[in-house]
Amino acid sequence: MPVDRTAAALVRDVQSGQLTPSEVVRAYAERVARLGDRLGAFLWFDAEEALAEARSVEERLAAGECLPLAGLPVAVKDNISTRGIPTTCASRILEGYVPPFDATVVERLRSAGAIVFGKTNLDEFAMGGSNETSAFGPVRNPWDLERSPGGSSGGSAAAVAARLAPAALGSDTGGSIRMPAALCGIVGFKPTYGRCSRYGLVAFGSSLDQIGPMTRTVEDAALLAEAITGHDPKDGTSVACGPIRPDLSQGTLRGKRLAYPTELAGEALHPAVARSFEQALERLRAEGAELGEVSLPSIRLAVSTYYILAPAEASSNLARFDGVRFGPRIEGSGHVEAVARTRGRLFGHEVKTRIVVGTYVLSAGYYEAYYAKAQQARTVMRREFLDVLARCDAIVSPAAPVTAFRLGEMSADPVALKMLDLCTIPANMGGFCALSIPCGLADGLPVGLQLLGAPMQDEALLETAHAAERVLPPVGDPPLN
Amino acid sequence: MSISLEEVRHVAKLARLELSEQEMVALRSELNALLGLFSEIESLDFDAIEGQSHAVSLQNVWADDIPEEPLDRTAALQNSALARAGLFVVPTIIED
Repeated sequence: MPVDRTAAALVRDVQSGQLTPSEVVRAYAERVARLGDRLGAFLWFDAEEALAEARSVEERLAAGECLPLAGLPVAVKDNISTRGIPTTCASRILEGYVPPFDATVVERLRSAGAIVFGKTNLDEFAMGGSNETSAFGPVRNPWDLERSPGGSSGGSAAAVAARLAPAALGSDTGGSIRMPAALCGIVGFKPTYGRCSRYGLVAFGSSLDQIGPMTRTVEDAALLAEAITGHDPKDGTSVACGPIRPDLSQGTLRGKRLAYPTELAGEALHPAVARSFEQALERLRAEGAELGEVSLPSIRLAVSTYYILAPAEASSNLARFDGVRFGPRIEGSGHVEAVARTRGRLFGHEVKTRIVVGTYVLSAGYYEAYYAKAQQARTVMRREFLDVLARCDAIVSPAAPVTAFRLGEMSADPVALKMLDLCTIPANMGGFCALSIPCGLADGLPVGLQLLGAPMQDEALLETAHAAERVLPPVGDPPLN
Repeated sequence: MSISLEEVRHVAKLARLELSEQEMVALRSELNALLGLFSEIESLDFDAIEGQSHAVSLQNVWADDIPEEPLDRTAALQNSALARAGLFVVPTIIED
């Protein structure tokens, strides 16, 4: 059955003629029709559109074109621009907005023969860790519909976990790919900053954002990464090098030095996660990995540094949403009132909070105390991590300190929700590559293991992750019909 | 360090966000909770450490001065609530 195959297997089946793109699309579309509403994973989905794309891929294959992602349906997070397809960032301020262009990653997907398979739900403007701030309803975790899938790429994570799509794209600013991947039991990869073009990604924190694949296996993540990464002249922060191209057959754990931070073990973790993590480390050790504990004290500053820098950047990036060139407009007596009213009424609460925080820490009188200090803290953190990474192959930790929590559970304490980003934030701060892979279940809920590598070491990271994946307990499928 | 309602009002104005009184009160308490979180950073002394605005060292990246196809004007205007004569209609700017 197509829905039981991995993305890599599906592509091979289509390339060899065993399956047609239309068959693949129909199989997944049927699942979306059956389960999509229950999960809230999609904000836009059109089976007919997908089939039309499938047919055009069939024509290209018949003409002899070589397509590395032939016929692969890929769900795209709704903060990534898709020409002719509504892109809302899960916000009312972009309701009805249809981009006149494709993001570079979407262009590359299409050119590789993949099919844009719906736009997935997210926390509004990617701001959140639970996919509860979407203006169009929350996403539910396929493992337990009363629980959050994590965020902000909750829709993409839920779609892949529930086999509504074999692969998806997410974006990661403080953990928004890796954390929902962990909570939903799938693979989520954030490339080194600059290796994946941000052109067409609606900017949240420009020095932190990266797009990345969310898939069922590391092989699938590597397949997508190879297709979408590589220098892009349209992105001024794009690194001048080719796509990420690992050789997974080279992946081994033997002799790999893996450092685990004291600050992301023990009391920092929910007991069930701590247990799963320890068991995972034992398996890696049994395969020949050399594990060593290190202290990375700057981790204690991760959350505060991030919640100063990211909202500051967001307050600037979201200034463009004023109802003039795109999105709905609310009238007012004059420019200032019209803009303020449009933004006040159409932005959600979390977005407004972050814009206010960001504006505050950048304002006169507070810039030195907060923003300038946070930039220094960022330097300290990056240097500390680079120092450790110079002496080991990767830093290993859980991808999240908890398993999936109940929807609504974290709303009373907004700071507690932000603390869940502790494990993932450092990778964005330092521009490091990092991914989360499933490492088992704790009380029936998935736990994710994070591997973090030095900048530009994406290939080595994926190779090691592939080796780790082979020896870690698989989580299987969520109990959905 | 805590933020007053007046300061919230001021910042909301800077950010061009029209908020209700209720929203401002809720925002103020969330902001104060976050400022509590930030207090540790505030109190640290990083000596002469150079702050960085980016994770990586980036120099100005220049594009070659080669004319390309711009976005089609109709496409550029299609998402605006109000467009006229090939232009965006902007809310009236009133002098105080």
